[in-house]
Amino acid sequence: MTAMTFLPLLQAAIDGAEHGGTQELVIQLTYLVASVLFILGLRSLTKPDQARRGMQLAALGMLLAIIGTMLQQEILTFTWILTGLVIGSIIGYPLGKFVPMTAMPQRIAFSHMFGALAATLVGIGEFYHMYQAGLPAPADSDVRFKMAALGFEVLFGALTVSGSFMAFGKLQEFITGRPVTYKGQNIVTAALFLVAVGAFVMIIVQPSNVWAFYTMVLVSFIIGFLFVLPIGGADMPVVVSLLNSYAGLAASATGFAIGNNVLIIAGALDGASGFILSLIMSKAMNRSFANVLFGAFGSGGGAASTRTSEGLTAKSITAEDAAVLLAYAGKVIVVPGYGMAVAQAQHQVRELAELIEKKGGEVKYAIHPVAGRMPGHMNVLLAEANVPYDRMYDMEEINDQFPECDVAVVIGANDVVNPAAKTDPGSPIYGMPILRVNEAKAVIVLKRSMNTGFAGIENDLFFDEKTSMLFGDAKASLSKLVSEVKSL
Amino acid sequence: MSGTGIIQVYVFILAGFVGFLLISKVPPLLHTPLMAATNAISGISLVGSIVLAGGQYGRVATILGVVAVACAMTNVVGGFIITDRMLNMFKRGDKPTDKKEGSA
Repeated sequence: MTAMTFLPLLQAAIDGAEHGGTQELVIQLTYLVASVLFILGLRSLTKPDQARRGMQLAALGMLLAIIGTMLQQEILTFTWILTGLVIGSIIGYPLGKFVPMTAMPQRIAFSHMFGALAATLVGIGEFYHMYQAGLPAPADSDVRFKMAALGFEVLFGALTVSGSFMAFGKLQEFITGRPVTYKGQNIVTAALFLVAVGAFVMIIVQPSNVWAFYTMVLVSFIIGFLFVLPIGGADMPVVVSLLNSYAGLAASATGFAIGNNVLIIAGALDGASGFILSLIMSKAMNRSFANVLFGAFGSGGGAASTRTSEGLTAKSITAEDAAVLLAYAGKVIVVPGYGMAVAQAQHQVRELAELIEKKGGEVKYAIHPVAGRMPGHMNVLLAEANVPYDRMYDMEEINDQFPECDVAVVIGANDVVNPAAKTDPGSPIYGMPILRVNEAKAVIVLKRSMNTGFAGIENDLFFDEKTSMLFGDAKASLSKLVSEVKSL
Repeated sequence: MSGTGIIQVYVFILAGFVGFLLISKVPPLLHTPLMAATNAISGISLVGSIVLAGGQYGRVATILGVVAVACAMTNVVGGFIITDRMLNMFKRGDKPTDKKEGSA
């Protein structure tokens, strides 16, 4: 199937070469090789032990594409290019080297902003060059296709810039993580969207319409803010993935606008990736795209479950007793959630797991697809704490193992282990796939307090008679457990 | 639509298709590195930015171009470094367990 992609590409390379001679052929070949390396790099991510090598190849591909671009005849001065490259490297290096793994979700959202900004600026620059630089304007009929591409580029680009900024703000928590809603919200957004589409049509009909172009950029930029505003913190995995997809599509549209295949290919790969991830995330929450984006889930109110916690009491346990339970357990499954990330307790988790293993137990990690704030969030945190990746299990892999599990340890996870998703049709999370922790022989839940989870729903698991609650900060509780198990 | 335009649509659709098939096979284990990786690859906007910055299309275009180059380069450098850093953390355990190979 890969060969199919390269055929038209090669054709395009040869076409290009006919216009520009050898130099153009060399440039097109670097782009071709870069495209292949990108694809191989992404393919390597299907195997954890080959991934690192594969991504290094992709980085090499990027280097080739940059060198190839430098050879283009249009380029007359290198001073400004180098200035940009140096500034970018200076900003990028610390963003890559020093950002802690716990800050990964906001780090990714932040960089989507950069990617989309680059695409948007290129789009604006192209338009400016065509119509505002005092050059004779090209014939309208020649540029309609290009204008459509430019339109997509700045539409997706501007929306992703502001949307990613909002996502970044919510994840970094300088903007409230609660969904912000107001009356007529969807109508306002829809009206703005119509304006953007109208402007888009306008620039295709009348490409030199400067007003329509900038209106589109501005409106799209505003839509980005409004679009993420009503979406709550726990829905961020979907949003971040979707913005990933948009950033890719904006890059692809740039490729269409300036006639560059490597941009089209890389953008399409990114677009597909973000799209798939957001589908997986929505599915794991048992909600449609539309519901995540326009539903303002978790805003309180509305969701009235028939069940309440009245008359039920949760059983609490001391660290000493919990330690005894864990130290003599044969099979332990750890279920990490966002609470572990907040408390940065992943290192203590690993320490506890090692102690249990030393005492002859077996520890596995069960990871729900939407645990945390981005796809794969928990895996990265555990990997950072030196938990081997072959101990981390996806939901489908591990769910059947809970009945044989002696103790399940839930650390800062709530909705993803709530049995109401299976048993209570009145629950807002009914139908969402969950980790079947309630099937374990005993459950220890590490939790700060009895507050409800993000969705504001009571969790029956906490009132189950085989469940014991260990209250307190996850990191402090785990440290206590570690020292207790050690002293046994 | 010109002939080039049609070829571009071809390339886009086929690349998207390849992306769809490949990414579907990436295990949830590596979804965060995947996002970081696609983020780095989206720095390919550099290709467009470089031409804008170095093409002497007028001062405004140059300024837009330089900013775009800086943004895209930030993603390239930061993205590939962080992806590498993350992937380097994923280690197999010393004792083999019953985990089946690769599949998700």
